[in-house]
Formats: sequence, structure tokens, C-alpha cells
Amino acid sequence: MKINHIALSAAALLLAGAAHAVEFKQVDAAKSSLAFSSKQMGVPVPGSFKKFTTQITFDPAKPTTASTVLEIDLASIDAGSKDANDEVVGKQWFNVKAFPTAKFVSTGVKALGGNRFEAIGKMTIKGQTRDVTAPFTFKQDGANGVFDGGFVLKRMDYNIGEGPWADVSAVANEIEIKFHVVAAPAAAAKK
Amino acid sequence: MNQPTARYTGPAIAAHWLIAILILAAFPLGLYMHGLPLSPNKLKLYSYHKWIGMTVLLLFVPRILWRLTHRPPAPLPMPAWQHKIAEGTHHLLYLLMFLVPLSGWLMSSAKGFQVVYFGVLPIPDLIGKDKELGELLEEMHEVLSWSLMTLVGLHLAGALKHHIIDKDSTLRRMLPFGK
Repeated sequence: MKINHIALSAAALLLAGAAHAVEFKQVDAAKSSLAFSSKQMGVPVPGSFKKFTTQITFDPAKPTTASTVLEIDLASIDAGSKDANDEVVGKQWFNVKAFPTAKFVSTGVKALGGNRFEAIGKMTIKGQTRDVTAPFTFKQDGANGVFDGGFVLKRMDYNIGEGPWADVSAVANEIEIKFHVVAAPAAAAKK
Repeated sequence: MNQPTARYTGPAIAAHWLIAILILAAFPLGLYMHGLPLSPNKLKLYSYHKWIGMTVLLLFVPRILWRLTHRPPAPLPMPAWQHKIAEGTHHLLYLLMFLVPLSGWLMSSAKGFQVVYFGVLPIPDLIGKDKELGELLEEMHEVLSWSLMTLVGLHLAGALKHHIIDKDSTLRRMLPFGK
């Protein structure tokens, strides 16, 4: 029957697609970045983390099987000025001596249509774990996969900025996080 | 067109005292906040200081335009050298009430902190983030501020000398409620 034929060829196409699908696994740390923007008295102040490791398994054909683990070296922060850098590693902020890293572990990835996806997972900072949903886009740049996304983190959820710094009228609660991750396909890594 | 009058015009008097109050608030605030350890309070005081400075800069524009189009009252009788010093001081005061907030605005931009007027209106950065330039502008802002304060002192001493020793109307014609 005609319908069977179409279904079969569609299935064959899908299978072929799956067989040729590439899984992006090898993160290029030099090309990836993790930036944030805080608001101090209404002034957007950009910052970034210089050191972080990302493990990614992402197959655009099977996004739901994707997973990622992101670990951030909090002492590598650049918060916009030397004064701020010295301050934010301290006890009231990240307390990096007790909590040197922040970690995001994905629990699922949803396809939102087109090149848009959503990573859902658990973020742990300073001993506090919260659910995080981070929309991102995926595009291929040559052989590499490029992930761009971000989400708004509420610093008070993690006690980032305690004591007098809990005053969100000086430093806003909402911190915008932006990530840019470049990963090579798994096959390339075997060379 | 404009006849010299015995008193300064209303807008000139208003601008003079308004800017005087703002400058006399911004200067001690600047001195105090600079030495504070980083805290939410420090961030707030810095913002207030910047908002005051931007207000001075904003008021400076109509003030100078008014001054250029409205002749001030003729100088009262005094030795020529005193008149020269008074005039020179006025010119420098105008220059510095423009340069001090301008250098502060540029310094803020160079240090990577945009000025956001009253926390809501972002003022454009005229220059990008540049650490060395930021430090240079900080020094300039400091030197210019102290120069401004020195001139304000001289200006005030002159006004009081005329008022108390000479007993003339130099100060009175600038007072908001004088006759």
C-alpha cells in the first residue's frame, strides 16, 4: 500500500539520519565563555568566569538524550573591578574557601522547535541546590556545535551576598547569566 | 537689548544657588565615600554623587546660555585689580563647574561603570573601559575638584569681604530674597 511505503521510507530516512547524527562532546574551553551581568544601583555591570569545565553530550537529532555537567571555578571570577573581585570571593558572597566551585547538572533537555532547546537541571552554589531552566540555541559552525543560552539567576536563592549585601536595592537579586559553548563532534576527538 | 540692572536676574540667582548647593554637597560626599570599604552603602553614595554631578552638568547648559544672553549687573566701584580677580574667578568657576562633572562622567565610563541617572536613565559612555585612562581621569577629577573648591573659597571670601568690610551690595544683589 501507498501509505506503508511512505511510512517505510520516512522510517528509513529517520534511521539514516540517526546513523549519521553527530554527537557533540568535545568542549573547546578556549572558544567557550561564561558571562554574567549584575545590576548595581541600576547600572549593568558585566562580569565573567575565566575557568570552568563543561561536559556535553548533545545530538541535535536526539536532543532529549542530551546531558551536560558544568563546573565553575568561582575564584576565576572577573566582576568588573579589582575591588569587586576581592569582595565576591569572600564569605558573604561565594565563600570560595568553603565552596570553591558551582555546579550545574542537567536532568533533561527539551526541544522547543527550530534550533531552540531548553536545558533543565540542578544548580548548586554555596551548598544550595535549585532547579534551573536555561533556554539555548544550537547551531553548527563548520564541524563544531555552538550552544548559546542564558537564564536569570536569583542570587538570594543561593545566599550570594549575605549580611549588608542582602540589600537588593544596591545589587539587584537578578543576575543574568549567558553561556557560549563550542563543542567538537565526538568523532573528531578520536583522532 | 538687556539693560544692566542692580540685581542679577531671577534665573541667574536660582541657577547660582542651586548649583552652589549641589557642588557643596557633592564635594564632601566625594571625599567621604572614596575612603569607604566596598559595601552597599558605598555603591549608593557613589550613585548619589554621580547623580548630583550629572545634575550640575545638566544645569550648566541653560545657565551658561542665560549668562551669555543676559548681561550681569555692572560691577560696583572697586580697585581694578580686584575687579580683574573677581572676573577671572568667575570665568574659572564656570569652566570648573563644567570640567569637574565631565571628568567624573568620563572616569566612571573608563572604569567600566556607566552612569545611570537616578538609577533609571542610562547616560551614554563617551569612552570605553580603559584601566589606565580611568586612573588618569580619577587624578584629574580630584585635582579639578580641589581647584574648584579653592576658587569657591576665594569667591566666598570676596563676597563676604564686600558684604562685611565694604558694606556694598555685591552679595545682596545675588541673594534670592534681597532688594
